[in-house]
Amino acid sequence: MSLLAAIIAQTVRLGIRAGGGALVGLIFFLAVVAVVPFGVGPDLNLLSRIGPAILWIGVLLASLLGLERLFSADREDGSLDLYIASGEPIVLLVLGRAVGHWLATGLPIVVAAPVLGLMLNLSPVALGAVTLTLFAGSPALTFIGAVGAALTAGLQRGGMLIAVLVLPLSVPVLIFGVMATNGAVYDPDPFTAPFLILCAFSLGSAVLAPLAGALALRVAME
Amino acid sequence: MVNPVNRFPRIRVEADALSCTRGGRAIFRDISFSIGAGRMLAVTGPNGAGKSSLLRIMAGLLEPAGGRLEFRAESGSAEEAESPVHYLGHLDGLKPAMSLRENLRYWCRIYDRPAGQDDLEAATGRLGIGHALDLPVGVFSAGQRRRAGLARIMLAPRPVWLLDEPTSALDRDGEATLGKLMDEHLQSGGVIVAATHLDLPVRADLTLDMAVPA
Repeated sequence: MSLLAAIIAQTVRLGIRAGGGALVGLIFFLAVVAVVPFGVGPDLNLLSRIGPAILWIGVLLASLLGLERLFSADREDGSLDLYIASGEPIVLLVLGRAVGHWLATGLPIVVAAPVLGLMLNLSPVALGAVTLTLFAGSPALTFIGAVGAALTAGLQRGGMLIAVLVLPLSVPVLIFGVMATNGAVYDPDPFTAPFLILCAFSLGSAVLAPLAGALALRVAME
Repeated sequence: MVNPVNRFPRIRVEADALSCTRGGRAIFRDISFSIGAGRMLAVTGPNGAGKSSLLRIMAGLLEPAGGRLEFRAESGSAEEAESPVHYLGHLDGLKPAMSLRENLRYWCRIYDRPAGQDDLEAATGRLGIGHALDLPVGVFSAGQRRRAGLARIMLAPRPVWLLDEPTSALDRDGEATLGKLMDEHLQSGGVIVAATHLDLPVRADLTLDMAVPA
């Protein structure tokens, strides 16, 4: 437990320090969401209709930003070697890094989402719903991204490759996230079922992603 | 001072017909040795002979293509000692954005050997980097990084040290300190396997000379 806590704490610290990327992710999210009203025009009805989807897509894109350095930094500075030589399970390293990354970059974005939702003319119910679904679903995005980061840890410029690998896999999370948000706002649409599936994605990926990531890091070591 | 008392089991390292293949090419074949507690093995040979690969196999970072490697507790119980090694490669696993103190604390928690304020100060003081505890490691010189790597090893006692070119980047004074640390480790029943093409500050009990395969 102390081991996992140490890895999470280090990841959060590295994330929020200068050059860590947590702040950049937040600003990128702000930029993506702020650009949309300029693109689609000042049609408030349209904006409030597509607002939850825009916020979700913004979170999806912003979650990709810091991933490139998540494991490649460990590989380059020798931490990965030392960690494996220490005999501790690599699964815990992947889990700790992913959780830390979510705390440093995912959580601030989720907290900022309702504020940005105001710019998109979302109703109070929709603001609450989108924050709740992002809170439940964004861990899945980070865990899926962590697998992509582990796969590309041995490459020089893995950032673009991570996006290409991770975006298709994130589509189900996006679908159910937006579906659940709309379900909370529009009456006949279902909320509970898609929301529970969203939670299942996060919980399932929390178990599977560390296993897959550990395997990928092992391969990247060779 | 960090007290070099015996805080780990006495271990014998045995390699039997180890071979290593990288990129489809045999790096070395049929390496066998056996080294007991309190002894040091020097691995020598030209570049590309597979010194580092041998150490990486021993550290569990590479799978051997064949052969067997065992860390056996010498006293009584035949069970394999768990996670007995310290690996000192050419990188020291330091995060440039964090201070030396934070870096060392992190590794102590990974090794499950919580280090107090005194331990940190004693270890870094001995290695001549005590004044730099609160500096970010990003500003360290190569020699200071190497010293930080040695501090990491000092803080969490483990029986087997795998040192890959341990004297690289160290000045004369640093080499002397390294020699003392290695001596103390051997005195307290540890095992050292050191790969080097330079002279080591401590005389080895055994030498394994690796040649480039024809």
